[in-house]
Amino acid sequence: MNSTNDLPVKSADETQALVRKSLARRYRAEKRFRAYGAAAVLAGIGFVIFLFGTIFSQGASVFRQSYVQLTVTYDPEVIDPSGARNPDELVTADYQSIIRAALRERFPQVEGRPNLRELYGVVSSAASLELQQRVVADPSIIGSRETLWVLADDTVDMLLKDKVSRSAPEDERRLSDQQIGWIDALAADDSLKLRFNAAFLSNGDSRDPEQAGVRGALIGSALTLLITLLLSFPIGVGAAIYLEEFAPRNRMTDIIEVNINNLAAVPSIVFGLLGLAMFIALFGLPRSAPLVGGLVLSLLTLPTIIIASRAALKAVPPSIREAALGMGASRLQMVMHHVMPLAIPGMLTGAIIGMARALGESAPLLMIGMVAFIVDVPSGFVDPATALPVQVFLWSDLPERGFVERTSGAIIVLLLFLIVMNATAVILRNKFEKRW
Amino acid sequence: MNQSSKIRPVPEGTKTIGDVTVPEPVFSCRDVDVYYGDKHAIKKVNIDIGRKQVLAMIGPSGCGKSTFLRCLNRMNDTIVGARVEGMIELDGQDIHEKRQDVVQLRARVGMVFQKPNPFPKSIYENVAYGPRIHGLAADRAELDEIVNVSLRRAGLWEEVKDRLNQPGTSLSGGQQQRLCIARAIAVNPEVILMDEPCSALDPIATARIEDLIDELRESYAICIVTHSMQQAARVSQRTAYFHLGDLIEVGETNKIFTNPQAKLTEDYITGRFG
Repeated sequence: MNSTNDLPVKSADETQALVRKSLARRYRAEKRFRAYGAAAVLAGIGFVIFLFGTIFSQGASVFRQSYVQLTVTYDPEVIDPSGARNPDELVTADYQSIIRAALRERFPQVEGRPNLRELYGVVSSAASLELQQRVVADPSIIGSRETLWVLADDTVDMLLKDKVSRSAPEDERRLSDQQIGWIDALAADDSLKLRFNAAFLSNGDSRDPEQAGVRGALIGSALTLLITLLLSFPIGVGAAIYLEEFAPRNRMTDIIEVNINNLAAVPSIVFGLLGLAMFIALFGLPRSAPLVGGLVLSLLTLPTIIIASRAALKAVPPSIREAALGMGASRLQMVMHHVMPLAIPGMLTGAIIGMARALGESAPLLMIGMVAFIVDVPSGFVDPATALPVQVFLWSDLPERGFVERTSGAIIVLLLFLIVMNATAVILRNKFEKRW
Repeated sequence: MNQSSKIRPVPEGTKTIGDVTVPEPVFSCRDVDVYYGDKHAIKKVNIDIGRKQVLAMIGPSGCGKSTFLRCLNRMNDTIVGARVEGMIELDGQDIHEKRQDVVQLRARVGMVFQKPNPFPKSIYENVAYGPRIHGLAADRAELDEIVNVSLRRAGLWEEVKDRLNQPGTSLSGGQQQRLCIARAIAVNPEVILMDEPCSALDPIATARIEDLIDELRESYAICIVTHSMQQAARVSQRTAYFHLGDLIEVGETNKIFTNPQAKLTEDYITGRFG
């Protein structure tokens, strides 16, 4: 018998000396790795702060808007010359001239057509709409005088918010020296000031920055995502359950699995083209509709939800399945009673990721016409609509200064929407997780 | 029920030594082969399992005893690539027959696993689950009664009666395993299969489970896989020794342990290998 003591073995002291030598190197490597990690996290936080800082500094001003206080006379000669109080006539009356009369009254010293036109330019064209709505709502005010706040023009708004320079040469400004004088006069006696901009949240899109709002895009996004969630979550979870728990393992299911994984990586615009060809050209669904947007985004979200749901199902310990089957549960009972409750949190995580991606998508929506200029707020799933990211894209392209802050404002609304949506899902997930 | 639970003749050429058959068997297994893909895991096993007694299956790791146990309630069906051949009769009826529903089979043949695996639900729900899915209780009161009786029989009632609504996973390992036994007997099975039920437990919890097995033997046929020969000697009336997929020897426990006929059995129980 060979004794194992004859084999070449280092003494304990030698071994310890080697271990000590290697220790310093190991700790250095660990310290280095920690430093890399901390640096990466700090850089990430820095970028996030920069991003939010720029968006909020540019976009926060959108929630306040310049209004001019005017004293208007609801002149019956202008509004209702026939005196019949015919609603059709009240709608089509020339309210613009009432605003103009009020401005002339405020600045009686201004004379001559070019000067007057500059004066009229201080107030938004939306002001006459405001008067029209008031008169149609209550025709008895015709003939009376009223002091009210009306929207100022976006150029005035930009000046009040210090977004344009007063010191630039006059011909490079959109406001003349004369107009700035009037604006300062109005501001001096508190007839021109920034007030809370409810219109940004209650209006649809507009060509005038001072009138443009995100409500149309917000509702469009909400309707689109509702369709996406209703379609992709049940179908995705169902597909995952079938593939993971019921489908036989063969070449066919392998091909399906590979394809689902590939679909998750397909550029989103391709899904837009598919939606255009299938839902609009083939099935004849309306263009620019949240219904079609939701269908397209469902196609986009499905692979994500299926992959996450399958991973969640795989993570359920096999002992639970065996316990259920051993008790005589059918496969479906096993899945529904025991596997699903444990997998739901993971599935919800997949849904959060998928829905967040769907909310931020604009490219596929461009393909199906949700990029159109739509003033009306959609009231149903087949009304023409646009979505928040598309609205951001549209406004970022427009030349007026007023749309710069509106672009940032729309991004703020988009981020808030995202936070609310994800918070809801996280709360739901935590609720399910607590049930052991 | 047992229209033909007479002794089935053992096929010619079986190499198993000892008393393969018992009178009035609950299970009769003849020429059972199991394949995992190309691997021949169980080779032509012939064995009867008697009523109201404990059959212990012993043997070195990988000898196929757990695989054989899982044939008896068709749990091998769930393993991809597993194939079972031969005849396994429960009360005279082949469990692989078309008209034998696998769900019903598993209600008749309960199982307790190696690692305690209570459902992540309350203690009450764990025990009530089987009766509920099989529709054994007409109303809530009857279900309460079944849960109560099952927990009493599993010797767990006194410990958990005040916290039936707490999660089953909050119990200790030994309590969890007794909960799993209570869960199995709640559907009133004919046979209980136990796959190394004590291997994850300390000696005190093991002793409680062994006492419990001894009590349950009066009502059920019990089939237990164990690595502990002392446990096999303590709890079983019959013992089967498996080796590399072959059933080497089967017979009364005291005979196997005091006077084994096969050389392999003797080597194993005297601790020469395994």
